[in-house]
Amino acid sequence: MHTKTIAQISADLAAGTYTSEEITRHYLDRIKEHDTTLNSFVTVDAEGAILAAKAADAQRAAGEAGPMTGVPIAQKDIFCTKGLKTSSGSKMLDNFISPYDAHLISNFKKAGTVMLGKTNMDEFAMGSSNETSFYGPVKNPWNTDYVPGGSSGGSAACVAARLAPGSTGTDTGGSIRQPASLCGITGLKPTYGRVSRYGMIAFASSLDQAGPMAQTAEDCAMMLNVMAGHDERDSTSIDREVPDYTATLNDSIAGLRIGLPKEFFTKDLNPEMKAVIDAAIKKYEKLGATVHEISLPNVHLSIPAYYIVAPAECSSNLSRFDGVRYGFRCENPTDLTDLYKRSRGEGFGSEVKRRIMIGAYALSAGYYDAFYLKAQQIRRLIRDDFVKAYETVDVIMSPTSPTTAFKIGERSEDPIAMYLSDMFTIATNLAGLPGMSIPAGTLNDLPVGLQIIGNYFEEARLLNVAHQVQQATDWHTQSPSAYK
Amino acid sequence: MSIDIEKVANLARLTLSEEDKANYPTQLNNILELANQMQSVDTTDITPLAHPIEATQPLRVDAVTEENQRDLFQSIAPSTESGLYLVPQVINRAKTKETEKE
Repeated sequence: MHTKTIAQISADLAAGTYTSEEITRHYLDRIKEHDTTLNSFVTVDAEGAILAAKAADAQRAAGEAGPMTGVPIAQKDIFCTKGLKTSSGSKMLDNFISPYDAHLISNFKKAGTVMLGKTNMDEFAMGSSNETSFYGPVKNPWNTDYVPGGSSGGSAACVAARLAPGSTGTDTGGSIRQPASLCGITGLKPTYGRVSRYGMIAFASSLDQAGPMAQTAEDCAMMLNVMAGHDERDSTSIDREVPDYTATLNDSIAGLRIGLPKEFFTKDLNPEMKAVIDAAIKKYEKLGATVHEISLPNVHLSIPAYYIVAPAECSSNLSRFDGVRYGFRCENPTDLTDLYKRSRGEGFGSEVKRRIMIGAYALSAGYYDAFYLKAQQIRRLIRDDFVKAYETVDVIMSPTSPTTAFKIGERSEDPIAMYLSDMFTIATNLAGLPGMSIPAGTLNDLPVGLQIIGNYFEEARLLNVAHQVQQATDWHTQSPSAYK
Repeated sequence: MSIDIEKVANLARLTLSEEDKANYPTQLNNILELANQMQSVDTTDITPLAHPIEATQPLRVDAVTEENQRDLFQSIAPSTESGLYLVPQVINRAKTKETEKE
């Protein structure tokens, strides 16, 4: 039952093959059985899930079920859930019970979707391995000595191990796509502003975007149908019509023009990784797509610009954690400054503090022009490179990550090595473009992800392109043997 | 370029562990060195990109849209009294002046 996709579960529930309560209990049992090893959940809400499942079954009996009604999924612990702990992977929010629901949480509730629990993540979404979580690292289900990627590592691992058929993630520099790649699942970061950030704990506000993670592109389309849309409570949310993302999945991709940026396919790219990606792209050519070399001349500046923009916005956003209104407060503060400093010093982990420090420095008097302003200028150059590229191609492809999953502990002492895990994904966030990662085979028994980047608001095209190849291949159906 | 760790930690209102104090100087300078690769490109006359979609901020009517939920919000605060958030005393103490001089 747990190997089924969201689309299959939706059809089974409609046909009455089983009830939402039955499938929800089945997933809860699997979580109980496997998650002590994987650590992919911070909170499992068994009681709430069963109540929601019963309500969904009643809704169906009343003839009011939609496609996602009764489907159990997991939510990243970055989304506020009313009455339930929302930690963002941090000691700072270990005691935080959210007084309200995030926009997408309310959307899923309205759709009748069941929430199994909240998934583990890098602290405040800052990390590429899930090792910065206050709740300990998540293990990669393909090999538990390895990281699942991050920051949406719990979301990726629970779908890969089939502890949930789908989950939500957030992506500021690759945090949906890189873990999707390292765990062998499908993940989509929509265009900036497509999904409301209301109630999503902020990391870098001009980059953050929520998206779906599941086995297939079709499942991501079903989830995005629930998630996308304008919300006036997020001033950067885009007021633009939301298409039915499932409607165009079966369109032909004959004539699709695929751009391969020469800056991503250099001699530095691991030849074995390149061979897997080349073979995946061949499948698209077989379906009638054509391949063209393109250039993104400023893309090498993505990581330098990102590690100013993101920390600067993080230092500003995380200034709200003051030990006064909610969250962690230190013991016996001697005065107000001591209260601020020790609550923040003890409540945040090392990586979060590292980024706050970089941001505070970059924004401090005398440095603004050299760092933040310069980074925003570079950002325009990177964006313009993409705009130009999309004059001649429809989508851009590359590996999602330069390597497959790495060992737990391998990069945790070296921040720069960790940051380079996102070298292919960060430019998409700086430009605000939609991007996907889909399974493209394995290398030494670990999954490889293919990244597909689309033009603004072309999520439907990305999902169509991914779906067509998933109809012709079986990489997305492969799952780790221990969790069959 | 070298970053004054103590000064920045104070600006950011953070105490640092001994381990972080030992590691941060090298780590933060390495990150800034990485960021400095940006200086290799001439960006004269390039308008900074603040919003990726270049959308303008929407305006709304200046009317109350949120209801008062003070009690709910204060139910998760570390310390409150009579609807107020409690913090250590900040006035009438000589010590406070020293703190503010930092």
